[in-house]
Amino acid sequence: MKPRNRRLALVVAGVAALGITAALVLNAFQSNLVFFFSPSQVAANEAPVNKTFRIGGMVESGSLKRLPDGVTVQFVVTDTAKHIPVQYKGILPDLFREGKGVIAQGRLESDGMFRAQEVLAKHDENYMPPEAADAIAKAQKGELPKK
Amino acid sequence: MTNAYTLAAHADGRGNPMFRFAAPQAFFPLAGKMIPWFAMLAAVFAAAGLYVSFFVAPTDFQQGESYRVIFIHVAAAWMSMFLYVVMAIWAAIGLVLNTRLSGMMASAIAPTGAMFTFVALWTGALWGKPTWGTWWVWDARLTSELILLFLYLGFIALTTAIDDPRRADRAGAVLAIVGVINVPIIYFSVKWWNTLHQGASVSLTKAPSMAATMFAGMILVALAAWMYSIVTALWRVRSIILERERNALWVRERGGEA
Repeated sequence: MKPRNRRLALVVAGVAALGITAALVLNAFQSNLVFFFSPSQVAANEAPVNKTFRIGGMVESGSLKRLPDGVTVQFVVTDTAKHIPVQYKGILPDLFREGKGVIAQGRLESDGMFRAQEVLAKHDENYMPPEAADAIAKAQKGELPKK
Repeated sequence: MTNAYTLAAHADGRGNPMFRFAAPQAFFPLAGKMIPWFAMLAAVFAAAGLYVSFFVAPTDFQQGESYRVIFIHVAAAWMSMFLYVVMAIWAAIGLVLNTRLSGMMASAIAPTGAMFTFVALWTGALWGKPTWGTWWVWDARLTSELILLFLYLGFIALTTAIDDPRRADRAGAVLAIVGVINVPIIYFSVKWWNTLHQGASVSLTKAPSMAATMFAGMILVALAAWMYSIVTALWRVRSIILERERNALWVRERGGEA
């Protein structure tokens, strides 16, 4: 084996070993790398108890309401299978919408209410002009776009 | 500067154009000739890309005008990952073939890569505030991109801390190759884990989930960033060649003109 080929083999073997190590480590830390838990995971008791954590999902359409004190909002986070009611006192991000993604950080109280200290909007990877969005919304409702 | 490895490289390179330009002396004028062409391409792509991005592309239905950060952000993020891979490949070639130019190329790419990583993080923060409601979160995508910045800075620090350039190249090469593991982690982080960062809008495996003019603007800016990276890398590698070969006859003969 030429020294050059030996060095090449060393580099390839090194990268392969590192790759396997990284894969194993990341696999072992899988649960710690999770940024948020879905309502189903919370229902399956996978989320930490009595500790602050984040839940993520969609804001259920029609669930957003403002409590009588005027600053607290309540909405339901869902992954279509399970639902968790969330209360949050503060200003919601601009992109917070019903039917769109949201991530809330806080605690799950014993009454089943998630009290959030922070609410973040999670937007998706779709970008389009407003006209296209309108057309899609109409098509979903079964209306044809006006010519 | 004649020693074992330069002699070996020259012996190998006889007749093979790929190895001919592996000699810094031969690559120096070639790089000088390429710079104006790539600079011109960079300027054209940048002008076209920024025009399409900011004047032609429509407003987004959700995010309004703030989505336009995407044009800079995505191009910078792509380049930050791509340049790291290129840098690691040069580093690996340098380790395996013991060519001098490879280490110089890796060193020449690093600052541009670090700059794009910083731009990606910075524009991401500026984008995160109006869309997500926060400048920064420790999710897998953002954290791994921050690690990429530290890898670049670590590479630059390590190679400049060692006086002997050959030893510096080898030490830097090991760091660059080890760090390359991070690049797929950055790219796939949004698929493998729950993250606040959204998934890819544009990838090789599916149609882009964005309007055509938006996509065009993004590609043009990305091409401009790519050409710019080539220009800065070639520019820097010329300086590195002159600095390292300052005692060589061909550099001395150039005298004041360089």
